[in-house]
Amino acid sequence: MKRREFLGRAGAVGTMGLAGGLSAPALLSGVGRAYAAGDDIPVGLLFSLTGAVAVVEHTLHDAALMAIEEINAAGGIHGKQLRPIIEDPASDPATYADRARRLMIRDKCVSVFGSYTSSSRQAVLPVAEQRNNLYWYPTLYEGRECSRNVMYGGALANQQQDILIPWLVENYGPRFYMIGNNYVYPKEENNYCKTLLKDLSGEVVHEEYVPMGHSDFSSVLNRIRAEEPDVIFSTLVGDSDVAFARQYHAAELNPEKMPVVSLTRSEIEVKAIGGEAAAGHFSSAPYFMGHESPENEKFVEAYKARYGADAVTHFVNEAAYFQVYQFKNAMEKLDPADVSPPNIRDAAVGMSMKAPQGEILIDENLHTHLWPKVAQWQADGQAKVILQSEERVAPKPYAAYPGQECTGKGLVKT
Amino acid sequence: MDVVFNQVFAGLSFASILLIIALGLAIIYGTMGVINLAHGEFVMLGAYATWALQSFAGIGVVTALPLVFVAVAAVGWIIEKGIVQWLYHRPLDTILATWGIGIILQQAIRMGVGAESKFVRGPDWLSGNIEIGTLVMSNYRIFVIVFSVAVLTGTWLLMTRTEFGMKLRAVIQNRGISECYGIEAKRVYSVTFAYGAGLAGIAGALITPLFSTIPTMGTGLVVDAFLVVIAGGLGSLVGTAAAAMLIGEVTALFSIVINDTLGRIAVLAGIILLIRFRPRGLFPADTRR
Repeated sequence: MKRREFLGRAGAVGTMGLAGGLSAPALLSGVGRAYAAGDDIPVGLLFSLTGAVAVVEHTLHDAALMAIEEINAAGGIHGKQLRPIIEDPASDPATYADRARRLMIRDKCVSVFGSYTSSSRQAVLPVAEQRNNLYWYPTLYEGRECSRNVMYGGALANQQQDILIPWLVENYGPRFYMIGNNYVYPKEENNYCKTLLKDLSGEVVHEEYVPMGHSDFSSVLNRIRAEEPDVIFSTLVGDSDVAFARQYHAAELNPEKMPVVSLTRSEIEVKAIGGEAAAGHFSSAPYFMGHESPENEKFVEAYKARYGADAVTHFVNEAAYFQVYQFKNAMEKLDPADVSPPNIRDAAVGMSMKAPQGEILIDENLHTHLWPKVAQWQADGQAKVILQSEERVAPKPYAAYPGQECTGKGLVKT
Repeated sequence: MDVVFNQVFAGLSFASILLIIALGLAIIYGTMGVINLAHGEFVMLGAYATWALQSFAGIGVVTALPLVFVAVAAVGWIIEKGIVQWLYHRPLDTILATWGIGIILQQAIRMGVGAESKFVRGPDWLSGNIEIGTLVMSNYRIFVIVFSVAVLTGTWLLMTRTEFGMKLRAVIQNRGISECYGIEAKRVYSVTFAYGAGLAGIAGALITPLFSTIPTMGTGLVVDAFLVVIAGGLGSLVGTAAAAMLIGEVTALFSIVINDTLGRIAVLAGIILLIRFRPRGLFPADTRR
């Protein structure tokens, strides 16, 4: 044994003695800590199981957990089982950051899967960047972000709207009525929609934002009745969307003449709206439960078997599901000794896999190439896909902002 | 011009929902001085009771109303007996306690029934609209308006024309003296609390076909109801009715002239101004404590 090595070991032993904790030396030495060095691979699940967002996040949690169990049942990764560490951030952004820190530091997770809302993702972002860890975010979102520590699995504005808007203008007409909740996502989506409408010489007859949780839409419906738009372009979320759809139906407006086209309405909302009131309206997303593919059949069947015949899959929990598989594929490409969050990220880039929605690919900007679809809701609460993109669409997080682009090296301004 | 009449109706519809919620709140405060922060959760319980009655027993929304009233009133009665009655001499603690009860009820529903939004079918015989020229009125909303007026009248009759009402008014005016005359104030309090809770339950049942039934649905509504009670004058029936009308119509007016977000701010600012010049509300009740 060389003298330097001996000193180093002695030092490590000394520190251990001083700190008196098991994980303390690894923490103090910082850089050299090994990931997944034990008998299993710890991964974090950071979805709210309580609080306001739990309604949706619970289903994301379920889908991700199911994927982990499937992987474990099939023998794990490199013979090691995945060990899910479940934290409940209770729908509070500050708690997300705190729990993410706990998962990344104390539990040494190689990746954390989590979040539905943008506010919770943005709370975790600085933690993931500081610890150089990896956060897998499954939700559609407004773009304008280019972190090297977040894997974005959901659709961006260009992936939701590029095929949708021209089709709407052609089939229903150019006069759009925009209604959304008052926060960043609806505003960014409407921004992008306006740039598309400009090229199609469309027109926004009214643009309106209601407070989160707003539930009385009589005034909005009166205005819609007076304006008679061709399309009601909706970015209402959660219970606002449910209330709006039910009141639209109660007011007996005609979906054939002015359909509500939503970027956010999924099988979950439709279940609460009731098939009768949702029928005839549209949603745009890369995935619907009714999409026909062998992968989706398998996914839906497994999900129902695990969580009950009533359970629905939707475009966010599909992503929560396939992201775990993307993580697995990246891990398998790595030598077990090289496992670290940045290496997983680099291995994942360019990797394609067959997801329930179709074959998807991770872009070097860490967003995902997806298969946009437009579906019409049926009276049985399921969506019928009536328009499907002919090709996979690349993610452009800065589509509405010319001169800015998110690349493999981060944000580039041209 | 078309829009104006439609908006007046929209305001009236909103006001009728506010009125039923605020009535229960106003009675509970007016009688025992308890600011019931769990009131929104009583609304929520009413909505879930309606959902349960419909999905498990096949009972429609309108038929379910009396059952929901009894069920939520029973919950209110238990809560009054178990917790609130021990805190009458500590008004600040009742705020904290009722708030805590609200959280417990919310979480209990979330764990017992599930967090996702529930679907309740509206009554078929009330679907559709009545159209008079350009004025379009949803039948169901008309029904809610008529029903809320009936509830207001019923409450007024209960307060002024029955023996219980007389005892209640006596207790409100002076609890000590009333007890000397043999009125059992404790019982009056329990029944009043249960009645207020039951009204909230009815409100919850009535809004299920229009709104989204989730565990947090009451939180937003109870804020509006508080505004009504404060603007109307604490504990006054007439004031509550007038303030519900006022807030409903003003909200509808602002949301068409400006938009819903700014309209809401304008309404709140208006109420601040109102209580600046009429600190006890529009029609303060003359009570002694």
